[in-house]
Amino acid sequence: MQAFIALSRRPGGTFAMLAVTLLCLVAIAAPLIAPYAPNAIAPANRLMEPSWQHLLGTDHLGRDILSRLIYGARVALGISLSVIAISLSTGVALGIAAALSPRAIDLAVVGVFDIVTSFPSIILALALVAVFGPGLGNVVLLVSIVFIPHFGRVARAQTIAIRNSPFIEAEKVLGAETWRVVLHHVTPNIIGPIFVLACMDIPVVITIEAGLSFLGLGVRPPLASWGNLLNDGYTYLDQSVWLATFSGLALVLATLGFALLGEALRDTLDPKLRKAL
Amino acid sequence: MAHPVLTLDNAVVRYDRLTAVDNISLELRRGETLGLIGESGCGKSSIARAIVGLQPLAEGTLAVEGETLKDASRQRRLILQRRIQLLFQDPVASLSPRLTVRALLSEPLKIRNAFTAENWGRIVALAESIGLGEQLLSRYPHQLSGGQARRVALIRVLAAEPSIIVADEPTAGLDISVQGDLLNLLRALKDHLGLSYLLISHNLNVIGRVADRVAVMYLGRIVESGPTAALFRGPAHPYTQALLSANLTLDPSRRHERIVLSGELPSPAHPPAGCRFHSRCPLVQPKCATEAPALRTDEDGRAVACHFPLAARPAVIPQAIAG
Repeated sequence: MQAFIALSRRPGGTFAMLAVTLLCLVAIAAPLIAPYAPNAIAPANRLMEPSWQHLLGTDHLGRDILSRLIYGARVALGISLSVIAISLSTGVALGIAAALSPRAIDLAVVGVFDIVTSFPSIILALALVAVFGPGLGNVVLLVSIVFIPHFGRVARAQTIAIRNSPFIEAEKVLGAETWRVVLHHVTPNIIGPIFVLACMDIPVVITIEAGLSFLGLGVRPPLASWGNLLNDGYTYLDQSVWLATFSGLALVLATLGFALLGEALRDTLDPKLRKAL
Repeated sequence: MAHPVLTLDNAVVRYDRLTAVDNISLELRRGETLGLIGESGCGKSSIARAIVGLQPLAEGTLAVEGETLKDASRQRRLILQRRIQLLFQDPVASLSPRLTVRALLSEPLKIRNAFTAENWGRIVALAESIGLGEQLLSRYPHQLSGGQARRVALIRVLAAEPSIIVADEPTAGLDISVQGDLLNLLRALKDHLGLSYLLISHNLNVIGRVADRVAVMYLGRIVESGPTAALFRGPAHPYTQALLSANLTLDPSRRHERIVLSGELPSPAHPPAGCRFHSRCPLVQPKCATEAPALRTDEDGRAVACHFPLAARPAVIPQAIAG
């Protein structure tokens, strides 16, 4: 509760929380609030402008844009949160392990991180999906690999920064085993920036998923993903601007929301910046 | 005779090629407070780190109550090492910043798998008795004052049930009255719990007040050691004499002529040949530049590493001792 109050005091914090909460609620309650089935085709109603019947208009197959955006939020959040969860946990574990290991192991892990990072993320994701095949599960796993070094590098750098600090040494002198030092003293002190990074990476993952979907290597149509929607909107841009506009806006809302939440979270998680009570 | 509670034998501490501690032997007897003094960079803190196990000994051995750590099994070594606890120089920095005082105090018990209601009650009572009330338990380290943080660190150290406490500048950053309280507290705890202290400081007044014996370090070696009062009254090593003469005194009538050493402390990476102090010694002789003096102990328990030790005479008496 205290954290929420602190968050809302940040500039943009309220907006961020509202945007992210809205997205999550929409994603969870999609079947309840969507006015139409997302894949219901009605060729007679194709490319309609917003009206009371179709609040945001329809696409080239007469599907309700609002309903598809609502279901798209599910796909976007589902994929990005699973990707972040997998890459964050793996990356942080690898990063901390590397920082606390002998130099040779550390260098090997950093080398692998560097190789993965040297490819542009979308290209690497594309290559991996091309090799291992498309599909929801594969996309999640393979995009996770692309993001592991992101978290791994920050975790490693943060761990190196604190591994010789007096409070870590104090625990060692008290006789604490390595697992205890890592779980209770290293992780809580490095996780702040990593959460911030996670929030800022969510929109990037959404974009990558959209890019893969656009090329037919991600989420397969007719499943509504914002990537597919943006692509459809782009294809019919000369006939109707609504689909491209609204799917773009959904992406902006998600991006801004998570990015601002990341910043607000960073300030809140750092107790030294918290206002003295 | 019972074993000394801590024995450091011919210890060498190296960082890459730099030898910070060069062949030092120390003994700490039960119930004793040994003061270790010397300039910044002389290797005091390196000894402390080696003794508490944060820095491996390049050579030499460390023994707790006669049991050499190197020869003990892994399990036993952990137990022995845990008997030696360290009070850090910066107490706030030695407390994990994201834990509350409550979590910080329970940590040592959890590490020992001894977190029971009874033990926790004892910790809380101990905290209460030295002025850390219930309301402090939910604070974070950065919300504590220097004196409070020091007491929290002290209780954590005590909760590990040590027999030896190494204190690195325990009074740094505290004002005089709080310093006095802390030293009294340390002394009371020592008597109550049968502890032995290795007190590292460059504050001679503190050392003079609480240490039973003193060892003086210069460039990684011990140049002189002995009972505090005798050593402070009549330093035998010219370096000790210079160090004592530099001590500030509040009483003008006690101020003596200060011996100002020429030059900087040489780099421990390139220590001078012969006696390490010869490059700055006011009484240097040709022999000093070529031959390193051995540390010789006399029958009063005083040891000095000097070819030409000063005759015992009342010279510099710090206020804390004389007054």
